[in-house]
Parts: sequence; C-alpha cells; structure tokens
Amino acid sequence: MALDADLTGRSYDLKAPYDVSRIDIARFAAAVGEADPVHTDAAVARERGHRDVLAPVTFPIVVASGAMHQLLADPSVEIELRHLVHSAQRFESARAICAGDVLSARLTVESVRRAAGTSLIATRTEITDADGAHVCTSHATLAHRSPDGTGG
Amino acid sequence: MGSLARGDQLPTQTYRVTRADLIAYAGASDDHNPIHWSDRVAASVGLPGVIAHGMFTMALGGRALSTWAGDAGRVRDYGVRFTRPVVVPDDDEGVEVVVDGVVDEIVDGAVRVDLTVRCGAVTVLGRARASVSTDA
Repeated sequence: MALDADLTGRSYDLKAPYDVSRIDIARFAAAVGEADPVHTDAAVARERGHRDVLAPVTFPIVVASGAMHQLLADPSVEIELRHLVHSAQRFESARAICAGDVLSARLTVESVRRAAGTSLIATRTEITDADGAHVCTSHATLAHRSPDGTGG
Repeated sequence: MGSLARGDQLPTQTYRVTRADLIAYAGASDDHNPIHWSDRVAASVGLPGVIAHGMFTMALGGRALSTWAGDAGRVRDYGVRFTRPVVVPDDDEGVEVVVDGVVDEIVDGAVRVDLTVRCGAVTVLGRARASVSTDA
C-alpha cells in the first residue's frame, strides 16, 4: 500500500506544458455559466487590460488536475477514482490566466493523514508560465476511502 | 464595486444545476469521475445519488464573486471546503444552488469576502473565502 507516509514529498509534473487556448477558456466558461464576454472576446479582454481572453476563477484546476492525473496513474499509488472525494480546494493566484499562456504544473504531496477509514491527502500544485514565473498555487485536499474501509 | 464597508452584502445569486451541466463540466474540466454521471456507481459508493463535482459548485461561487467584482481577474485567492454533496436528480428541474456573500474585511487594495453556498437548507461549501482586488 502506497497510501501512507511514503507518498508524502512525492512530486508529479504535467506530462507536457499546457497550451491555454481561447477554445479551452470559452468551453470552461460556458460549462460554469460565466457569460462575461471577457472569457470569449479578446477585444473586451484587452479593453480591460488583459493580454487575451481571461480564464474563469477556477480554471487553474484544469491545469492542476493534469498533474493530479500523473499521481493517480502512478502504479505504486493505490487510489481508486470512485473512492476519491475532493474535500478542500484553494487557489492563490499571482495573476489571472489568459489564452496564449503555456503553463507547467508540479504537484507535491504535502501530507497523508488517516482518520476513521479515510486517508486525507493534502497536495500543493505550483503552476508556472513559460518564463518560469509563478501564476497560481492550487491547494487540493483529497479524501480516499478504500473499498474495505481502511482508507488505504 | 463602488465604496465598500465591512458587512456589505453581495447580491444573492441563484444558479440552477442539472445533469446536463455536470456532463458539460466533466468535459470542460476533464474530470470524468463516474459519481458525477452514473447513478449505479454513485449508489455503489454509498452516495444518495449522482452528485455535482465539488469544483463545479466552487465555480458557481467563483461566478458570484466575478459578477460582483466586475472581472474574474480581480479574484486573487479563493478557497473552500466541500462539506456536503449537491445531489442532482435525473430530471429537467435539477437543483438550485444559492450563493450569498458578505464583505468581512477591507485591507490595502483588496477585500476579503465570506461566501455562503447553499442547496435548499443545506450549506454545501464551508469556509468559503475569497480575496478580491479593488485595484483597477
């Protein structure tokens, strides 16, 4: 079982940098119901001082989850998606994400705590741009309950 | 946002959520966990039914924040706990998620806002807080 203290400190990178397209942003904005044209019209975005169309507030999760998928795909980590529940999330953004950004992400497991048959996995994902500058830190806490109720 | 004071309320926002929204969100976010679309899988892990992605509910809070702030780029720090699931029935009505907010603190160049996000009588996000830039 790898769902123990061993996991703490492990890091997972996005397989390849994430090219943020206008279509990605428009699709995410539509999915969460953000009707502000700043998400779809580059002219509006530029008028408001953005380089290109602006990503919605929680869009960084799309980039961070790419690194999370690398954690879930690690054969030494026994996590079953259906037993995984997101228990907390925070985004600390240095700047908003725009179309044209090329983003990297590195997820680090900060801690694993067990309580009442559930493992609480605290992660931190640093999202950086093509220049290596900090864009956003995504903090996600996941609760994993194993089928046998051991949390493993 | 105009002039702000501690205790100012954000306008209440009511958002309707249906199964179709969850499918669209699964695609846009690349989160295909079957508890968000399969009753069978949801029941097998002890859930009362298909539930919304926590991140979808968080995004609705983000939508209320960016609507109030006038631009999504002003929301700089936003965190929540997913305390109760939003169960979304397989019908055309879906459920309503209601977002309220109050200005808790005004600091240099930013305001801190506490959100209350409810589905019916149940609060579904805990410690939902954001920092919103007041600089142009």
